[in-house]
Amino acid sequence: MGGKYKTPMLDELEKGPWPSFVTEIKKAAKRTEMADDELGQVEKSYVTKRGYWKHGGIVGVLGYGGGVIGRYSSLPNEFPGIAHFHTVRLNQPSGFFYTAESLRMIMDIWDKYGSGLTNMHGSTGDLVLLGTTTENLEVLFAEYSSRGWDLGGSGSAMRTPSCCVGQARCEWACIDTMNICNEVTQYYQDQLHRPSFPYKFKIKVAGCACDCVAAIARADLSIIGTWKDNIRIDQAEVKKYADAGMNIQAEIVDMCPTSCMSYDGKTLKVNDAQCSRCMHCIAKMTKALKQGKVKGASILVGSKAPIVVGSLLSWVVVPFMELEAPFDNLKDLADKMIEWWDDNAKPRERIGELIEVKGMRPFLEAIEMPPVPQQVKAPRKDPFFFWSESDFN
Amino acid sequence: MSLPERKTDIGPPHYEKFLPPVIKKNYGKWDHHEVLTGGTMVHVAQSGDKLYTVRVASPRILSTDTIREICDMAEKYCDGYLRFTTRNNVEFLVSDKSKVDPLLAELKAKKYSVGGIGPRISNIVHTQGWVHCHSACTDASGIVKSVMDELHDYFTTKTLPNKVRLAVACCVNMCGAVHCSDIAVVAIHRKVPVIDHETVGKMCEIPTTVSSCPTSAIRPNPKTKSITINEEKCMYCGNCFTVCPPIEIHNPQQDGVAIVVGGKVGSLRTDPKFSKLAIPYIENEPPRWPKVVAAIKNILDVYAANAKKHERVGEWIERVGWEDFFKLTGIPFTFQHIDDFTFMRDTMRNSAAFKY
Repeated sequence: MGGKYKTPMLDELEKGPWPSFVTEIKKAAKRTEMADDELGQVEKSYVTKRGYWKHGGIVGVLGYGGGVIGRYSSLPNEFPGIAHFHTVRLNQPSGFFYTAESLRMIMDIWDKYGSGLTNMHGSTGDLVLLGTTTENLEVLFAEYSSRGWDLGGSGSAMRTPSCCVGQARCEWACIDTMNICNEVTQYYQDQLHRPSFPYKFKIKVAGCACDCVAAIARADLSIIGTWKDNIRIDQAEVKKYADAGMNIQAEIVDMCPTSCMSYDGKTLKVNDAQCSRCMHCIAKMTKALKQGKVKGASILVGSKAPIVVGSLLSWVVVPFMELEAPFDNLKDLADKMIEWWDDNAKPRERIGELIEVKGMRPFLEAIEMPPVPQQVKAPRKDPFFFWSESDFN
Repeated sequence: MSLPERKTDIGPPHYEKFLPPVIKKNYGKWDHHEVLTGGTMVHVAQSGDKLYTVRVASPRILSTDTIREICDMAEKYCDGYLRFTTRNNVEFLVSDKSKVDPLLAELKAKKYSVGGIGPRISNIVHTQGWVHCHSACTDASGIVKSVMDELHDYFTTKTLPNKVRLAVACCVNMCGAVHCSDIAVVAIHRKVPVIDHETVGKMCEIPTTVSSCPTSAIRPNPKTKSITINEEKCMYCGNCFTVCPPIEIHNPQQDGVAIVVGGKVGSLRTDPKFSKLAIPYIENEPPRWPKVVAAIKNILDVYAANAKKHERVGEWIERVGWEDFFKLTGIPFTFQHIDDFTFMRDTMRNSAAFKY
C-alpha cells in the first residue's frame, strides 16, 4: 500500500532538520489506505490553499456523548479512505507519563482499527487517535476501556483536565498537580462523558507561577500553586551563583517586580512582606532560593481563546487555598462555580463571559467568597455601582 | 473473535503505574535541577538521587511506527519510562547516568533533534490545519515545519535572552495558547462570508445562527428563509460558519495569517500578557510559507539583539515601547493595529510622552 498519490508540495516538507509530519503520514500510508488518502487530500489542500473537511457529525460510543469527534472528507469519491476520518480522544494519564509497554498496547489496537496516525497530544491534553470509521468506534472503545483506558471529553462538557509535571519531577511544584488532575478527572467522569453544560469547561493545574500548562490562559478553572510564608535562602549557594558569574544585582535584584530584594555583594536579602511570589528569583537561582513551606494554590477563573467575544486570561477569585488529597475543598468550589454557570449561561457562553455579563459579585456570592483586594488590579474608576439590600444591614 | 467487555467511566489509568522508581521514591522531594545542554537536564532529589531528562522534538502528528521506535529506545535506555511535555516534546527519563550518552548517540544516528530546554525555542504548540480541521484557513503543520527548519539552532544549541514560546493556530478558534505566546501565527479570513441561501434554509437553525455573531451583524431574512449579513459589522471570525456550514467563510485567495507577539503565561517579573498584533496579514504560500518564516526570523533577531537577559519578548517590547518595536523591526503600522473591537479604550495612548 501507499504511494497512490504524487505529492510534490508535501515532499518539500520532508527536507530540513525538523521532524516532518509528512514523513509520519507517509509511514502510516505504507500500511493504511486511510493515511494514504489523507496524504492525497492534504497535497490537494496545498495546491488549492483550502481544507476539505466537513463539519463534525454526531458520532460516538453507546452511553457517551463525547470523546469522539466526527470528521468526514468533503471529497469522499476522490479520497474514499477518509470518507470517515473520526478522531478518538483517549484520556491521557496525569503528567503525560507512559511506559513503552502501555504505549505499544495503544498503538497495536490503533493499527488494527485506525489510520496509524496520532497526535501526542491534543491541545487540551488528550492522546488523540486521528482517523477511524464509525463502525470501528465501539470496537475501539471495548478494546481500550477493557484495558483501563477511557475516552476524554468533547462538546459542551467537562473537558479532559490536564496538568504540569508537578511534584513528579519539579522542585517548584507547590501542589501535587498530578494527583489533583487525576482526582478531578475521576470526580467529573459523568460530566466529562455526557455533555450537559452550556459549553466547554476546562480545568488545568500548574504547580507554580511559571505555569507550564498555560492554566491561566487556557482553563475556565485555573489552579496555580503558590506559598504564603518566607522564601528560604541558602547564602552559600548564593555565593556559588555569584562565583559562577551571575550578576545578582542586575539579573535578580533589579528584575524583582516589587523591589523587595537587596544584595551587598555577600548577602542576598528578601523583604518577604513585599514579595508577590512571582517565581523569577527562585527560577533563576533554584539551588539558593526555595519557596516557603506553607504551600497551596491560587484559584483563578475564566480564561479562554478569542471565540466569541475576545480572549480572556483567568481572574483571581481565591488568592490562597490549601490543597491536600482528596481535595474535597477544591471539588466543592468547582461544583459551586459550575452550578452557577450552568444555571445562568446561554448556550456557547463560557464562564468568564458569563461573569462579564452578570458581574463578579453574583459569582463570588455563589462560590461564597468575600471580596478581597487580591482579586483586582485596581478598584473601579466610575461612580456607577449597584447596592443590594444585604449591604444596608 | 468476540470483543472484550467494555467499561465506562473508569477515567484514565492512574499515573503511578507509569512513574520510574526514582520518581516514585523522590516524589515531591526534588531539590533542584540543572540544564546540562540544550536538550538535557538533571533533577537532583533531597536524597541525592538523580534523574536525567533528554528532550526530543516531535512534529506532534506521529505515526505508530515512530511511537514504537521511541518506545524501543525508552526500553533500551530508560527501563521503558518516558513522557511528553505540555508542548508535545518527547522526554526520555534516564535513571542511569551511563545511559545518557548512548541514548544521545542513538538519537543522533536516527536524526532526532535533541533540545528545547532553557532559554531557547521549544516545540511550537499548534493546531490541526488542513490535515484534519474543517475551519482551518492555513496548514499549521506546514508552517511549523518551515519555521522550525529555519530556527532549528535555537532549539538545539543557540540561546536567547529568555525562552521564546511559539504557537500556530489555523483559525481564530485558537486551539492552543496562541493568544499568550511570545510570537504566534494565527490564520484569519478577510472577506465577508458567501451565503448559500437555499441550503441555509434547509440545514441551519436561524436563531442560533443569528445569535452566533459577536458583532450582531446577522439578521434573519424571512423572505429567503435565510439570513443577511451587515457587511460593515462583520469581522470575519467565522463563528456563523461553525454553526451553519452553508455560510462559506473560506476564501483561499484572501485567507492568510497574522503574526502576534509579546504574550506570556507565567507570572514571573511581569503579569501574564496577551499577544498583540504585529503583522495583520501575510498570504498563504504553501508548501513553505517563506514570508511567514522571514517575518518570524526578523522579530526574533531584533528581540535577541535588543532584549536584556531574562526579558521575554513582551517584557522587552513594553520596556522599549511599541513605537520602538515597529521602528526596530521595520514592520509597517496600519489601521488594523488600532483596536476597534472591544478593547480600544485600553489600548489608545493617554500620555503626551512617547518616542519617535
